[in-house]
Amino acid sequence: MSIILECKGITKTFGDKRALSDINLQIEQGRIVGLLGPNGSGKTTLIKLINELLTPTAGEIRVAGMRPGIETKKLVSYLPEKTYLNDWMRVHQIIELFMDFYNDFKPEKAYDMLKRLNINPNDRLKTMSRGTREKVQLILVMSREAKLYLLDEPIGGVDPAARDYILETIISNYQEDATIIISTHLISDVEKILDHIVFINNGQLVLSSSVDEIRNEKGKSVDALFREVFKC
Amino acid sequence: MPWDFKSDRPIYTQLIEQIELMIFSDIYPPGSRLPPVRDMAQEAAVNPNTMQKALSRMEEDGLIVTHRTSGRSVTEDGDMIKKAKNKMALEQITEFLEKMQKLGFDRQEVLSIITGMTEEMKK
Repeated sequence: MSIILECKGITKTFGDKRALSDINLQIEQGRIVGLLGPNGSGKTTLIKLINELLTPTAGEIRVAGMRPGIETKKLVSYLPEKTYLNDWMRVHQIIELFMDFYNDFKPEKAYDMLKRLNINPNDRLKTMSRGTREKVQLILVMSREAKLYLLDEPIGGVDPAARDYILETIISNYQEDATIIISTHLISDVEKILDHIVFINNGQLVLSSSVDEIRNEKGKSVDALFREVFKC
Repeated sequence: MPWDFKSDRPIYTQLIEQIELMIFSDIYPPGSRLPPVRDMAQEAAVNPNTMQKALSRMEEDGLIVTHRTSGRSVTEDGDMIKKAKNKMALEQITEFLEKMQKLGFDRQEVLSIITGMTEEMKK
């Protein structure tokens, strides 16, 4: 298995605030990884660094062996925590925009998923509920055939039934050699589909382990372990 | 069939148990073809890698056979299935006996309760 993502001694400071310190991490191809940590632990900062929306204060990131940049952006499909799409646009217009932007975008996939979630491609984002908007964004991101998907809180705003559908969408739409990194605190909802988890707290890596190992060695679910490690 | 997972054991071991049950109860009879990994994973709402792991373990145990071109199927070897079935029965009974011991029943008492119950069921 080759390594799709490697972080070597990643540190990021904002002024005198240390958001991440000395993160070392290797993620293999073909994995579904949960990036888990309490609020403010540095999950989004790490994802933004991988995306080159931020640059590290120290250390090095490699995506498929390359520094983050134009070449890696072709391989990475990113779902930000906040929407960046113009809300006056209709869904089909956004799909056309994505087709212009990304070679690996498959519009037929997007239309198919929209149909299954009963979302009308002629609707404007402005007229949609927050949950529906989140679904549209996730559909756009998962309709690319990327090597690495970075999903920052993909299921936060949607109802439990739609959550199941979205997880199903994630499982059935990724190529076997692609890796998905999901940041979330809704652990029990995603636990079944994860291979590997990464716990971070206060900008530090607490644990990087396979889910099977946790259940085998500790006899508890990732959710239970999380509650134990991050007990307030 | 609903797929239920407990939180204290790896998911793949629980997948193995549930697929074995499906084989024993003839949902997947001997020699029958299994659906593709991806479909099975989606059905159980688990990661395809996890389903793959469960199936390859079952393959190592001989319950499932892989054909190079046409996917996986359940073994046609009836003895093999019987053996696996017995193994699962023994595990269940061991667990039951351990629990009864904790409740303070000795062997004789356990046996008489079971005999009594099976008599009841006959009526």
